[in-house]
Amino acid sequence: MKKRVKGFMQYRFLLGQLVKKGIKLKYRRSYLGIVWSLLEPLLTMIVLTLIFGELLGKGDKTYPVYVLSGRLLYTFFNLGTTTALKSIRNNAGMIKKVYIPKYLYPLAGVLFNYIIFLISLIVLVAVGAVLGIRPTIYLIQAVIPLAVLFLLTMGFGMILATVGVFFRDMEYLWGVVSMLIMYASAIFYHPEKILQGRKGFILKLNPLFGVIHNFRSAIFGEPMYMKYLWYSLGVSVFCLIVGCIMFYRKQDEFILNI
Amino acid sequence: MGKEILKVDHVGMKFNLSKERVDTFKDYILKMVKGQLNYDEFWALKDVTFSLEKGDRLGILGVNGAGKSTLLKVIAGVFRPTEGTVTRKGKIVPLLELGAGFEPQYTGAENIYLYGAMLGYSKEFIDERFQEIVQFSGLKKFIDVPVQNYSSGMKSRLGFAIATIVEPEILILDEVLSVGDGRFRKKSEKKIMDMFDKEVTVLFVSHHLEQVQRLCNKAMILEQGQITAFGGIDEVSEIYQKMMDEDVDGVLFGKKKKKRKDLLL
Repeated sequence: MKKRVKGFMQYRFLLGQLVKKGIKLKYRRSYLGIVWSLLEPLLTMIVLTLIFGELLGKGDKTYPVYVLSGRLLYTFFNLGTTTALKSIRNNAGMIKKVYIPKYLYPLAGVLFNYIIFLISLIVLVAVGAVLGIRPTIYLIQAVIPLAVLFLLTMGFGMILATVGVFFRDMEYLWGVVSMLIMYASAIFYHPEKILQGRKGFILKLNPLFGVIHNFRSAIFGEPMYMKYLWYSLGVSVFCLIVGCIMFYRKQDEFILNI
Repeated sequence: MGKEILKVDHVGMKFNLSKERVDTFKDYILKMVKGQLNYDEFWALKDVTFSLEKGDRLGILGVNGAGKSTLLKVIAGVFRPTEGTVTRKGKIVPLLELGAGFEPQYTGAENIYLYGAMLGYSKEFIDERFQEIVQFSGLKKFIDVPVQNYSSGMKSRLGFAIATIVEPEILILDEVLSVGDGRFRKKSEKKIMDMFDKEVTVLFVSHHLEQVQRLCNKAMILEQGQITAFGGIDEVSEIYQKMMDEDVDGVLFGKKKKKRKDLLL
């Protein structure tokens, strides 16, 4: 364990470089650069509000905040897992040349998306302020679902990174699954009615739903729903452990398959 | 007797060659059900054992596909051997396929940091040596240009400059002495010669026997993943020369040779 930690310290600079690369390359050659990480969610929010505002928001003045918070969290989850899924193949050139602990690639992929995500939370703050949402003491609790979200994405990311090396189909399959997760995350609709109905279990099974729900509670000044917190945290830790074991066991075979 | 710096102990490297690639779930499940998931095994290296001391310069000879590059990659730590162990002491710098790890959208300067980090350099170290790297590569004018616009020679030059900025204990050279134009080739050879003077341990793969003879003091011949000869450069290169001649004669002049022999007799 001590050796691991020492190894990690040794590779911290490289991890930093890989994270930086992800952020830099994402917006390279676009005129607005990193501003897009703010502009893009803002524009999507406007579109979603225009389309669903009347129908699903029921004239709620804070509906844009509701949509935006859900979409921001989901987008990070989606981009983070997808980047991790492709991370080994995309770095094949490096992997074939120099020995580097391979977990750095999915980790850097999730981390750089997380940093962009944290930056884009500025939009949420701005929109919230404009629409007159008063911050309460519960806002501090937002840190918890954000941390769980990172673990959840990393856990899925490690599993997907391992499977993705051996089966290319995973990229397409995951596209479909993550769409399913999106619709089951109550991003642009209010979930109360569904939760009471017979199909409510679909939402409850989705760990991302609990994360988004608790994040919104923090914004709108309500206590967290503990059942969701424990469930999403449990799933995250479980996935992370399974992912790390899978990754660790298979990492020496990666190079033969890329 | 110097101290032992690299020890390769009964190393074997197995690859699974499936005749058709099993790349999709459907294929995988279908084949699993049919019980066809057996692969053709292929040992690229088998029972390779040798050790090098400080200052040894080993030339690795062998025909294409003999396992030379696989051996270098096992020693560099890129492949984990299926069997056996490799023990290394000190910093190892692999000069394999120079420039293949560059990020094409990054500029030369950014790649120096990224690539340096991959080789395990610290930020301070790169900061300090940055100018030296740029100068050696001779790419000062192009250092802020994305690497995707570089020629392959320019990429190799930059890769070489970054990798050789440290003083390694073990240097792995895979046909890299032929990078760049004549002037750069001279410069890089001189740099490597300087390293030789500092008693670096070298593993060198090349098809030019003459080059190996010039640079190395020991040599080995790999044939189908096994060592068939190991020892001083002169005796091994003699064996290798014979081997090559036989091959060529056998294929091209199989009949003629006999005749010539008759004539000589």
